[in-house]
Amino acid sequence: MTYLPNILFIATLATAVAVFAKKVGRIRENIGLGKDTDRSDRSSDRLQNMLRVAFGQSKMQARPVAGALHFIVYVSFLIINIEVLEIIVDGIFGTHRAFAPFLGKAYGPIISAFEVLAVLTVIAVLIFWWRRNVSKLDRFHKPEMKGWAFTDANNILYIELVLMFAFLNMNALEANFADAHHSFLISQYIAPLWSGASEWGLHFVERLFWWLHILGIFAFLNYLPYSKHFHIILAFPNTYYANLEAKGRFENNAAVTKEVALMMDPTADPFAAPAPDAGAPVERFGAKDANDLSWANLLNAYTCTECGRCTSECPANLTGKKLSPRKIMMDTRDRIEEIGTNIAANGSFVDDGKSLLGDYITNEELWACTSCNACVQACPVDIDPLNIIMKLRNFATMEESSAPGALNAMMTNVENNGAPWPFNQMDRGNWINE
Amino acid sequence: MTTFQVPTLAQMTAEGKTPEVLFWVGCAGSFDDRAKKITKAMAKILHHTGISYAVLGTEEGCTGDPAKRAGNEFLFQMQAMMNIQVLNGYEVKHIVTTCPHCFNTLKNEYPELGGNYHVEHHSQFLNRLLKEGRLKIEGGSFKGKKITFHDPCYLGRANDEYEAPRALLEKLDVSLKEMRRCKQNGLCCGAGGAQMFKEAEKGTAEINHVRADEAMETGAEIVVAGCPFCNTMLTDGVKNREKEDQVQVLDLAEMIALAEDL
Repeated sequence: MTYLPNILFIATLATAVAVFAKKVGRIRENIGLGKDTDRSDRSSDRLQNMLRVAFGQSKMQARPVAGALHFIVYVSFLIINIEVLEIIVDGIFGTHRAFAPFLGKAYGPIISAFEVLAVLTVIAVLIFWWRRNVSKLDRFHKPEMKGWAFTDANNILYIELVLMFAFLNMNALEANFADAHHSFLISQYIAPLWSGASEWGLHFVERLFWWLHILGIFAFLNYLPYSKHFHIILAFPNTYYANLEAKGRFENNAAVTKEVALMMDPTADPFAAPAPDAGAPVERFGAKDANDLSWANLLNAYTCTECGRCTSECPANLTGKKLSPRKIMMDTRDRIEEIGTNIAANGSFVDDGKSLLGDYITNEELWACTSCNACVQACPVDIDPLNIIMKLRNFATMEESSAPGALNAMMTNVENNGAPWPFNQMDRGNWINE
Repeated sequence: MTTFQVPTLAQMTAEGKTPEVLFWVGCAGSFDDRAKKITKAMAKILHHTGISYAVLGTEEGCTGDPAKRAGNEFLFQMQAMMNIQVLNGYEVKHIVTTCPHCFNTLKNEYPELGGNYHVEHHSQFLNRLLKEGRLKIEGGSFKGKKITFHDPCYLGRANDEYEAPRALLEKLDVSLKEMRRCKQNGLCCGAGGAQMFKEAEKGTAEINHVRADEAMETGAEIVVAGCPFCNTMLTDGVKNREKEDQVQVLDLAEMIALAEDL
């Protein structure tokens, strides 16, 4: 019977990890539905970018208040994980504070430092909650933030509060034990609240908070893949695989290059029989649906934590247009999830009559973009909504000819007279003599 | 009318000469009345420095930037291939342009298609000439004038060049007042991504009006731009507030040409 808690714990741990791994595997598969793109180059630059942007949070600090608060929660999360490791060890082996003997005198100050972080985290989380629910920062209340997106954001804050509450109380209870070995910096002040309890009661409630804390963490772990909060994991691969080229450089479509080369080749035979390998179905130009995008685009979509910095910097959104770069990312994620679920249910994708462009993202949003890169610059985890917008435009223009009329006129001019306006090519040098 | 001869690459090549730099004029610079003034100012500076340069004239064509940003990769690559054939035919090595869109496309999107050149925006080019002592600028008429600089997206965020235009302005002894949103956080003028050629979608304000307001909030008498499209958009924004008598919108090249009384 004495091993019952250990067995119970190990079973819970194994279940939590297994369920999490399964869901992560599904997300991985969904990301894999994207087209290939080569991000295997410049590994040391990529590593540096990841260390600077994800680990070092460099882009978060563009907004000092949110940046500082987020930094507290982030550091606290990283460090308190050491405590979680101890809890897991205790849970498996039935020990109590297994790290204490190894750390000796340092144990008290270390846990005390964790407690300070926990209190700072509570303060930061409360301010976050205030900004979202009371002072109602504009970027948290855009149309795409209604419903689940808003609930999800608050859920995360509540879970963090519960975890910190359990952690501090667990320590506070211990200070009241008859054979108390530990009293920590913050929890010693909470300790008197529990001083009236019997020894048995103290131990019981201490265990309760211990379980609450670790079960909370397991729940949190398994909530992550369903939440915007998944960024705490994906921010790392996402910044590693980020686009490192100049932001102004838009990729050239290789399939088009082949076509253009053929068109401009005077020796090409227009009546030539198709090459033997031409049997493969012609790929679509650009992207109509989420699985026409690259895996990097899809990784971006799962990484997005819906902070809305992109949208708050977008010139189109600032002037009341429907375009919101954050919504582009959320739509992409929701659609690839839908496609993934469809494939899982049917074995392969069964046409559901829907597509990313049209059912999720409208033409009105698509054509409002000025390609200014403000969204890309603003993203603290190097997400590139512009790349998705351009791929959707490729599809709209090249496959559907659905570009706005004025743009079609502009393109006709470029085609006919080499300029976006209807001026004669032969007049290009006229300015010299005017 | 320019008082000096602007050589075309065809002429120079026929004379057996190779210019040091090709001045890529761009469509706006060739056809738009406002932008032509920027082109002429740049030609004057080039002439003034005595540098050997040439333009393509009728052999130049749209880089394909607006087509690509409008989603027409096909048309973009057609334009690119035609231009690359011309440029490679003349063995062009070095290009300077007053248009950040041409600059970005030539610099970043042509190499993969076979067009490899050293491409500079005129702010970078002129700044280099200054450093090399081949161009001298005195403060002249702009000494102490309150100005602000609008970062073109395709020079700034797209290519991380924020300092070259500011270094040039510093030489003019102006008093540079930065806008709240500047450099990495600069607000677009509203013309990029082929928006120049279409009506904006329904909204609550025009982007260029907002940006012009931000520029005028600095109290600047001159709003300096480094892009013919930004120039048009900001000029329109200033007119929207009926401030065109108090606030001028000028290009970097025009500032230098005016300061030097060229």
